[in-house]
Amino acid sequence: MRVKVISRSTDDFTRERSQDLQKVFRNYDPALRSQEKAVEYTRALNAAKLEKIFARPFIGAMDGHIDAVSCMAKNMNYVKAMFSGSMDGDIRLWDIAARKTVCQFPGHQGAVRGLATSTDGDLLISCGVDCTVRLWKDPMRKMMNTDDAIGDASQPSAVYTWKHAFWGVDHQWDRNVFATVGAQVDIWDHNRSEPINTFEWGKDTVLSVRFNPGEPDVLLTSSSDRSLTLFDLRMSSPARKLIMKTRCNSVCWNPREPMNFTAANEDTNCYSFDSRKLNEAKVVHKGHVSAVMDVDYNPTGREFVTGSYDRTVRIFNYNGDHSREIYHTKRMQRVFCVKYTYDGTYLVSGSDDTNLRLWKSKASEQLGVILPRERKKQEYQDAVVERYGHLAEIRRIVKHKHLPKPIYKAGKIRRAMIEAESRKEERRRAHSAPGSRTMQPFRKRRLITEVE
Amino acid sequence: MGIATEGDPRERENRRGSPDEMEMKVARFSRGKAANLGDLRDKKLKQQLAGKEKLIGVSAKAAAQAEKWLLPSVGGYLEPEGLEKTYRFEQWSILPKVDIWSSRKSFDMILPVLGPYTLEYTPNGRYMIVGGRKGHIAFMDMLNMELINEFEVKETVRDVAFLQNEQLFAVAQKKYPYIYNRHGTEIHCLKEHGESLKLQFLDKHLLLASINSFGQLHYQDMSTGEMVANYSTGLGRTDVMRVNPYNAVIGLGHARGKLTMWKPTSAKPLVTMLCHKGPLTAVAFDKGGHLMATAGADHRNRKINIWDLRKFEVVHSYAARAQSLDFSQKGLLASSNGSLVEIYRDCGGQDYKIYMKHRMVKGYQVGKVLFRPYEDICGIGHSMGFSSMLVPGSGEPNFDTFVDNPMETGKQRREKEVRSLLDKLQPETIMLDPNVIATLRQLKKKEKKTKKEIKDEIEGAVEAAKNIRVKKKTKGRSKPSRRAKKKEEEVLRAKRPLLDQHKEASGHPDKKLRIGNDTELPKALQRFAKNRQS
Repeated sequence: MRVKVISRSTDDFTRERSQDLQKVFRNYDPALRSQEKAVEYTRALNAAKLEKIFARPFIGAMDGHIDAVSCMAKNMNYVKAMFSGSMDGDIRLWDIAARKTVCQFPGHQGAVRGLATSTDGDLLISCGVDCTVRLWKDPMRKMMNTDDAIGDASQPSAVYTWKHAFWGVDHQWDRNVFATVGAQVDIWDHNRSEPINTFEWGKDTVLSVRFNPGEPDVLLTSSSDRSLTLFDLRMSSPARKLIMKTRCNSVCWNPREPMNFTAANEDTNCYSFDSRKLNEAKVVHKGHVSAVMDVDYNPTGREFVTGSYDRTVRIFNYNGDHSREIYHTKRMQRVFCVKYTYDGTYLVSGSDDTNLRLWKSKASEQLGVILPRERKKQEYQDAVVERYGHLAEIRRIVKHKHLPKPIYKAGKIRRAMIEAESRKEERRRAHSAPGSRTMQPFRKRRLITEVE
Repeated sequence: MGIATEGDPRERENRRGSPDEMEMKVARFSRGKAANLGDLRDKKLKQQLAGKEKLIGVSAKAAAQAEKWLLPSVGGYLEPEGLEKTYRFEQWSILPKVDIWSSRKSFDMILPVLGPYTLEYTPNGRYMIVGGRKGHIAFMDMLNMELINEFEVKETVRDVAFLQNEQLFAVAQKKYPYIYNRHGTEIHCLKEHGESLKLQFLDKHLLLASINSFGQLHYQDMSTGEMVANYSTGLGRTDVMRVNPYNAVIGLGHARGKLTMWKPTSAKPLVTMLCHKGPLTAVAFDKGGHLMATAGADHRNRKINIWDLRKFEVVHSYAARAQSLDFSQKGLLASSNGSLVEIYRDCGGQDYKIYMKHRMVKGYQVGKVLFRPYEDICGIGHSMGFSSMLVPGSGEPNFDTFVDNPMETGKQRREKEVRSLLDKLQPETIMLDPNVIATLRQLKKKEKKTKKEIKDEIEGAVEAAKNIRVKKKTKGRSKPSRRAKKKEEEVLRAKRPLLDQHKEASGHPDKKLRIGNDTELPKALQRFAKNRQS
């Protein structure tokens, strides 16, 4: 007879000294864990609820401007720095961590409409309706030297006056060239008081401009003739133009997929395009109930933030048709500009109520240093919520966003209108000869033509 | 002996693991087959699902590989040599061959005054509580073999059950169940349950289930105190109750041989099955959830039936009588009959053959047999006290600290209690197949045809009927009028079965039909209905 029975000596399974860690034994056999799925579902439900409880996205407001904030710029080399320009010509540098103004850049006579920093962060370019472009050398000086009292930074290193009011500016990613827009698109060199190149396609005002992060010579503009135009600096004339039914207020390239860009449109939607294939939008991002004023991508390229005239800030996935998050406060008025910080953790919005507001990019994220065990727990919770997110109870909790009554109602009305329109279209199709009315996908419906 | 040593050839073999064995392990950890993505047309979804499947595969493989190194102990075994038979080995012949610690675990506690005794272990197998019929409660630490507390309630004790941990236990007494803490202090009296005969605690749901002498099944939430459900079985008094550890469904055995399965959210049993033709004496569920053993009388011969719960079919039936049944963690089946305790083992294909026998002193009536979790031990409660016997190979050798920890410290116990409260399952999660949670509802096999499809079908049938060539006949039977009539009849015949479907689909079923089947007539009018309603 051969016989053996389970026999555990306590010494082998418990710690020797009270200072030691407890011994841990694992057996991953599924047979030991009955009703795993029910347990996991319960955890997912709890995690979804906790996420809602901890959702406190608003960190603080930064006041100081005395007129509406019209534009912002961030500096790649200083994560906590943010420039903002306002409608009264004031430009400020903010320390986001302290939520304080570091210094001001006085000089503009009218509204500042465009701000941009050079890639190395040593130059700030501002332009405005006073027909001047101002270049500020070493704008971070005050932030570095804390001994200087808060006050005016300095005089601009250069002031270039030009023929028309400016609407926007953007700096090229790898050379000393920047572009301003207004009545036309002008390309400037840092050291030249006149533009080195000028593009014009139509007579309408150009509203915004962005250089492509991947192809440094390509830039994209949106203008009030409802067009999106691609320019190539190596060519003497603009490359391509797409005309939509309503105008785009702002554009932004996806930094990780630099052939794709997103345009913030007047018709409350954002449209993501592939610049090689402009005949249809890749995704239509819906949700806002009023014109979208600005758009900015997360440096990861996975999501972007939009600010709108409806007084909300929304976060979309790069391929999501509806917003992931909606931020609003009682006092925030129309949002004119939004920016992701370069670490992707925070957003800054500038609005009509003269304040900049600082938000968390993930509403329920815990700030500060997170211990590995906490992080693992958080990852587990995210994973189970994602896994069971399709179930009605969890989806309801995750999707629920409280909205101010006017926005909620406006959204409802918009949905009713869209529904009525589609119903009408459906009926028309049903009562016309088969094949005579073609169904156009929404991705194409708002586009008119593409001009080469 | 618990920790494997390098020298033992058997254990080395266990460790090595052939590729086939590895594959089987991976299959166990991957929890079912991968989804078939071939038919999916949505590219995005397909890619997402493929990614998930890959993750599942990787984690299953990692778990299987880790298992090879993580599990410190190997299971017990009892192997005959030559012509020996395992069921001939008595406890006294086994005891000298095992280590001293294990041999101490087999004992007989003779308590002739307050018996017969029933017993219960905590899920981690460390603590035991025994209840004597005449009011004796003893609470013991089985790891250190010491009595923690004992007291007398001075009235009938029918059953005992541990609640979420060893700090609290419930005792079914003469009139009501009571809850005591480990010091023997009475915490609660659960009057609503009435004179309960059997108690079962569902540890994931924190529900205490009881069946009382009127055949009423009560579920009470032990964390909130709320009475979750109270159902009358309507099948009379019974004290055969067992919870299926796989899905937390409660099985009740009744006097007429019926077995009913219950969940707290339905007033009717989930399953009613006729297991035996006489009274059902015992029921036990396997840990895997697909196997059930019932004992009962069929005419004059007593039987133990092994059921497959997926098909609700008898897999094997044995002529044996049993007052009590229990499955061990590794699938051994213990049964008691008079003073004899028998252990059966699955010899492949759910064919249970006798593995061990243990005969108590003649005249002792064994009331309950229960395997101790994570140990090779079977506890026996009988009329003269309680005993325990060694059953090599019955328990799971490797425990998981975060599931059930026999060496639990106070801090770990408190931590676990909090976790169990956080992960408390709602009563709705109790269902026959616990894996359907978060899956899609299966489409019904026979889809209802749409209106248009039925219309097309009718048209097709009519066309086909019209095209039937009629034989040429004589004596005026092929007159045009006759032929037309015949054709019309054919068309009608083809149409008729489809017309009913069309009526149903269009929402205007026949009035007669509607009254007959769907609407419930008032009692007085029921006798006029075509098919009398029951």
